[in-house]
Amino acid sequence: MASAEIQTKSRAGWLLLLPSLTLMIVLMITPMAIMMAYTFFEYVDIGVERAAFMADNWVALITDPYYYYALWKTAKVALITTVICVVVGYIPAYTLAMVQSKYRWILMLLLLLPFWISFVIRTMSWMQVLGAHGALNSVLITLGIIDAPLEMLYTEGAVVIGLAHFLLPFTILNIFVAIESSDKTLVPVARTLGATPARAFVEVTLPLSMPGVATGGLLAFVLAAGSYVTPAILGGPNDYLFGNLIFSTVMTELNWPMGATLGIALVLILGALIVIYNRYFGLERLTRGMA
Amino acid sequence: MSTQRKDKEPASLMWRLLVAITVLVYVFMFAPILVVILLSFNDSSFGAFPFVGFSFRWFVKLAENEAILSALSTSAILGVLTALIATLLAMLAALALVRHKVSGQKTVSLILIAPLLIPETVLAVGLLLLLRALDLPRTYLLLLAGHILITFPFAVLVIQARLAGLGRTYEEAARSLGASALVTFREVTLPLSLPAVTAAALFSFTISFDNLTASLFWRPNGVETIPTQIFSMLKDSVSPEINALGTVMVVITVGLSLLAGAAGSQVARQARASDADTQDAISK
Repeated sequence: MASAEIQTKSRAGWLLLLPSLTLMIVLMITPMAIMMAYTFFEYVDIGVERAAFMADNWVALITDPYYYYALWKTAKVALITTVICVVVGYIPAYTLAMVQSKYRWILMLLLLLPFWISFVIRTMSWMQVLGAHGALNSVLITLGIIDAPLEMLYTEGAVVIGLAHFLLPFTILNIFVAIESSDKTLVPVARTLGATPARAFVEVTLPLSMPGVATGGLLAFVLAAGSYVTPAILGGPNDYLFGNLIFSTVMTELNWPMGATLGIALVLILGALIVIYNRYFGLERLTRGMA
Repeated sequence: MSTQRKDKEPASLMWRLLVAITVLVYVFMFAPILVVILLSFNDSSFGAFPFVGFSFRWFVKLAENEAILSALSTSAILGVLTALIATLLAMLAALALVRHKVSGQKTVSLILIAPLLIPETVLAVGLLLLLRALDLPRTYLLLLAGHILITFPFAVLVIQARLAGLGRTYEEAARSLGASALVTFREVTLPLSLPAVTAAALFSFTISFDNLTASLFWRPNGVETIPTQIFSMLKDSVSPEINALGTVMVVITVGLSLLAGAAGSQVARQARASDADTQDAISK
């Protein structure tokens, strides 16, 4: 190709990118820059701040228990959820990849179904299961196992269950794809060479599925740590995560500088995880796992 | 095949355990939804147990609920506008990324999918800060712009994957036969990528229609989408109408995806059949 042609191709390319890049600059990059600046602003009163350059917000994030409690709570809940989603999700992913049945497509379709069902309805459904008059309590009382309803709703456990319910399809799908796309003749080879089924799994299948585990796990952690709705619906007054803190700081207290600081802190923490992931697995895998 | 069967025999107890756990996971995923569907037919003034009798009255109530109906139309219009604009922008961007040599391609791609990697709460606060800096009020336009920002990366990923998979053979053939760039796009590229464009639009619509977190930040006073409307009705207890609404939404989405799945397997079967025909023809 002549260099002139490359140049026109490149110019046409930029022209095609112009609308979407403008969108990103106006709606994402500029807002993030403003947000960064706001973290150094001074909070004067409800809805009033002064442009400044001070570290008070950042100091508050680290020293005020109200903020760092939420940070730990978020890390804890997101980690528990992620471990559950990976460990519990691994089994159906493995079974689905290995099963030889003409009904496999139904199981696959069912796995995709949750993505199509309204998120708020899925979250709300746990109120109907865990609530004082919910399905679980009704069944347990009818069976005479308990006399009074158990308090399951509005607890940290309910938040973890709701998040796991929302994130399990992500981990199952990613692990399934990793096992399914790996070379399946390797396990029979290992068996022929004398490995027990358990050893063949540990030495062959498990390592080959690790990229799927990492992708599903990272997605689960990032989405759980950024969640707002699930703790708001299923959690109690003390079960606020970082997302809930951001919402109340910005929407109720109208403390914009602190809200900006919390937001940037969340992005930095999750961004660090994504950068580490990118080093080992590449970002393309992650975006494929999402879409 | 035979070696695999031999492998499974001694491990069959283990295998049965795995299948049992898989069934339990599926129960975990769908039982709560079934509970909602069951309760939507409960003839009780509370949207919970005990089940006192079978009734359609909450569906009738739902059809008369002005707030929900108006939220439904807000969500539908918002979803359609979002899908149209996000898909159009995504088509242009995907063409540039796949078909044109753009310097700094990696950086550009990263910027375009970045909204996927940033938590929604943070994107939401960012846009509100932009409005604050410009001293603008929260309007419907903000909700639309925000939804486009959130759905765009999904649309671009779907179309990009399809365009990359197509290769450029057909386009080059058209060009070498004398078609202009525009004609090639209209007659070759667009028809070939139509399934992906449709998928991207459907995907964008669903994400917009389902979005709750960011919408709670962005919606102007008095404007409710279906998810925010449901969210605001969830305080303390679940109203029975929400169960009915949940049932309606599940039936529609399940019906649609079953239809899509059936159509998909039909197409696959036909493709396999014609493939076999071709192979027969070749072997003869």
